[in-house]
Amino acid sequence: MIFRPAFEILREIRERKISSSELVRATLGWAHSVEEKLHAFLTLEDEGALRRAEEIDRRLSKGEEMGPLAGLPVAVKDNICTKGVRTTCGSRILENFLPPYNATVVEKLEKAGAVIIGKTNCDEFAMGSSTENSAFLKTANPWDLRRVPGGSSGGSAASVSAYQAYLSLGSDTGGSVRQPASFCGLFGIKPTYGRVSRYGLVAFASSLDQIGAFARNVRDLALITEVISGHDPKDSTSLPEPVPFYSRELEVPPDRLRVGVPWDLLQEGLGSEVKEAFYKALKLLESSGFSIEEVSLPHASYGLPTYYLIAPAEASANLARYDGIRFGLRAGDKKDLISLYKETRGQGFGAEVKRRIMLGTFALSLGYRDAFYVKAQKVRTLIREDFERALRKVDLIALPTAPTLPFQMGEKVQDPLSMYMSDLYTIPISLAGLPAISVPIALEKGLPVGMQIVGPVLSESLIFRVSYLFEQKSGMHDLKPPILEDYCA
Amino acid sequence: MKVTPEIVKHIAHLARLEFSPEELEKFRQQMEELLSYFTKISELDTDGVPPTSGVLPLFNVMREDELGPTLARDEALKNAPDQDSVFFKIPTILEE
Amino acid sequence: MRKPTIGLEVHVQLKTRSKMFCSCPVEFKAEPNTHVCPVCLGLPGALPVLNRQAVEFTIAVALALHCEIQPFSQFHRKNYFYPDLPKGYQISQYDLPFSRNGYLMIETEAGEKKIGIQRVHMEEDTAKMIHGESISRTLGLGYSLVDFNRSGVPLLEIVSNPDISSPQEASLYLMELRSILRTLGVSSANMEEGALRCDVNISLDGGTRTEIKNLNSFHSVRKALEYEAKRQEEVLDRGEKMIQETRHYDERTGVTISMRAKEEAEDYRYFPEPDLVPLKVHPAWIEKVKSRMPELPEEKCQRYKSLGLFPAEAATIANNPELAAFFDSCLSLKAPGKEVANWLLSEVLKFLNSRNLSIADVPLTPEKLVEFLNLMKEGTISSKIGKTLIEEMLATGEEAGAIIVRKGLAQISDPELIKKWAQEVLAQNPEQVKEYQQGKEQVFGFFVGKIMKLSGGKANPKVLNRILRELLSSS
Repeated sequence: MIFRPAFEILREIRERKISSSELVRATLGWAHSVEEKLHAFLTLEDEGALRRAEEIDRRLSKGEEMGPLAGLPVAVKDNICTKGVRTTCGSRILENFLPPYNATVVEKLEKAGAVIIGKTNCDEFAMGSSTENSAFLKTANPWDLRRVPGGSSGGSAASVSAYQAYLSLGSDTGGSVRQPASFCGLFGIKPTYGRVSRYGLVAFASSLDQIGAFARNVRDLALITEVISGHDPKDSTSLPEPVPFYSRELEVPPDRLRVGVPWDLLQEGLGSEVKEAFYKALKLLESSGFSIEEVSLPHASYGLPTYYLIAPAEASANLARYDGIRFGLRAGDKKDLISLYKETRGQGFGAEVKRRIMLGTFALSLGYRDAFYVKAQKVRTLIREDFERALRKVDLIALPTAPTLPFQMGEKVQDPLSMYMSDLYTIPISLAGLPAISVPIALEKGLPVGMQIVGPVLSESLIFRVSYLFEQKSGMHDLKPPILEDYCA
Repeated sequence: MKVTPEIVKHIAHLARLEFSPEELEKFRQQMEELLSYFTKISELDTDGVPPTSGVLPLFNVMREDELGPTLARDEALKNAPDQDSVFFKIPTILEE
Repeated sequence: MRKPTIGLEVHVQLKTRSKMFCSCPVEFKAEPNTHVCPVCLGLPGALPVLNRQAVEFTIAVALALHCEIQPFSQFHRKNYFYPDLPKGYQISQYDLPFSRNGYLMIETEAGEKKIGIQRVHMEEDTAKMIHGESISRTLGLGYSLVDFNRSGVPLLEIVSNPDISSPQEASLYLMELRSILRTLGVSSANMEEGALRCDVNISLDGGTRTEIKNLNSFHSVRKALEYEAKRQEEVLDRGEKMIQETRHYDERTGVTISMRAKEEAEDYRYFPEPDLVPLKVHPAWIEKVKSRMPELPEEKCQRYKSLGLFPAEAATIANNPELAAFFDSCLSLKAPGKEVANWLLSEVLKFLNSRNLSIADVPLTPEKLVEFLNLMKEGTISSKIGKTLIEEMLATGEEAGAIIVRKGLAQISDPELIKKWAQEVLAQNPEQVKEYQQGKEQVFGFFVGKIMKLSGGKANPKVLNRILRELLSSS
């Protein structure tokens, strides 16, 4: 019953063919059984979700007009604040933190009638590319349980891929939605910076963070993106432009479009399976009427060091609030302030978080600030200008999402730099603040490969329509990972 | 570039983190490796390039001077490791 | 004596309704931790949104201090750890402050002096910490309590150039600054309430300087600087070197004490605040704020001087916003400034100061004062009577006319009546009449006094003098 696209389920709920309570109960049952192997969730809110589903059913039966996601089970990454529901960010320092408020996107989901069934696992404070940095669980990839689902939003990706939820929210700072989407065979969007409110998203790198979403097909993705987007007076970096109905324009075909491929960026790191899949995808685009051109992003290959100086710098400040004073973990009985801070943070933070705080603090410190932080911000300007120039020549940019197939658990965790390399192709887009959707393009050796469709600022409409066209032509949507077979009759 | 143990200790202190001697050495090595890789950006000529302080074309985003909802005190104190239902409490002797 | 070089760094709390970056109320003496929200508590996921009124207040202050308002300015994060700083950074301004290069004028004994102002910028206040010292000593435990009501209250930081050359000048600077802030209505600028805080820097002969903190009143500022100047003088006289340090002022003993030496200068690792967008302050916006600004003390002072007031008189009224408003209302009722000032600065101020009141607290209105002055001009009352009359008006709020009738205070100008009294006094004092006729002029005053007394103080002096002279010359 439940292995169907969200937009179909939503119609059936609206038409009262199925009740939300039935659906949520079945989904939770399924979710719990899969959790044994998957570990996608840090918190499953069975009671709360069922109560909410019943309320929605009640109101629907009265003929009330409910929102576009009415009755649908969705999951939310555990770095997004949910009032009264544990929000840990995958960290010991917030292990028992109960936010006294909802993130704006959570308010929007609830207003749209969605039923949040739980909070998903992630790399601690969204720092990582494999979800192995979570202090609590290691989430598996539904396509191969020995492999990572990607990160940092691995839990949100795995849960949607394995049908534990129909849609989920993640966050993307350097690729943390797009890369897991690619690794799990899903569609994942990182909207234009400022399109979605960050109020209630626990900050990692403020000038890069964006809340994004996962879905199994483009229409589903468009539906949730519409709901969460829009100006928020509580977020000063939120864009004022109104939000189009992305889901209603999907069938409008884009005109003969020019797609640019930044071959210079792809020189580094491109794995052979990904390369093959990418070529095939480009062919498909061509046969659909797109022209494929080369674009140059000469500074994008400096994206990695640029990102890994700016993001940790901002993170080092954003994570200073975890001091054991007002909330979160506090190390027992310290007699002086400095020890209190050091022990609390020492116990509460994992190695990757500490590493990034150290890098960031260093990049901002006296004597190094100009050579590292300020220089990185200048290079960021160059990268942004590269994209602006390229997007004057072409309408879209296409490139693989991740340089490799999903890797094994434990493979990169010991080598930070090699882990950082998995973000090679997603980072430059983050630095430029542009919108991108990762679409599944192939299964190579049974493992998903994804490609990014990137557009200019606020071009979500366009990239949705292109993704839709691609999805229809490729048939690569609503994919069913092997884990489903393990549990299905 | 060279990252000495002194630098690591100093940065750790600024960030209110502390490490055992083994961790310190491991961090030192990792930081040296990473930072050496990051100095790649010094290859680029950025003369006259303004640093990006934000990617948005926005200015003067402000709110009117009006009152809004506050948290009830017990809500505000709810997550505190130590409180006396009025104040947040910290178990240290502090100087002004 | 070596010449002191003094600089002041002042933090001012703005009188906005809500906080700098969130909509919690700004209120003194509220129940602890009741004016808080995720933003000013620094909870995960919270974001700041700038208060427009705070910006406009800052524009007003920058204009009043003749600063150059930067067309482009930005907020920065100032990073350090302390329990009263919930985010672990303070949103402040660094190398792109709101305004710079201004000045204010102080009136010293040697004349007017210009004190340069380096910058005026915006930032947010920290929380308040309460120490449990006595308990900690008794039980051997230490704890501190934190109240976040103050966290996020809008602050202005005003940094002077080191143009101040004496503790006295520092006082004058602070008083002028306070006067401006109150006139603009942007802050109570009350040091005792913590709405204005001051740190000072002082060095001698341009040498090493020390910073002094914990100054809780204008008086303390002056005393601390006097002490420190003397201390530094003695150190240098002994041939020792001055160390650059921060010292704590002890109000009880009047001395500055070296604070525990800090290991190293704080590295605040400033970077632009990514959660806020920059400020572009256009001339049109500045004009709008300017047009709504009230007249500033120095402008008032000039205006009053041109009405004939002495500089000290003009300054006293100009620097007291309520008094100045009262004065200006009287002027708008066409009362002569000099006379209004005379009465305000003598009897009225005496009454207010003795009871620790402001003119806003008493029932005397400008209309009533002007009526009073008119009655004096017409001769209905003498100036001696006027003093009692005005006191009564200040206490009860009655109109002058009513009190005159009630108490029978009207000045008597009836020549027949006065002549009768005068004749009585002269008849009763023949010796003195003889003395006067022999040329002793002073006796005239004696007669005037006696006649006044007979009249109950109500005789019209002019008429009295005329009649008395007539009588004396004719006898």
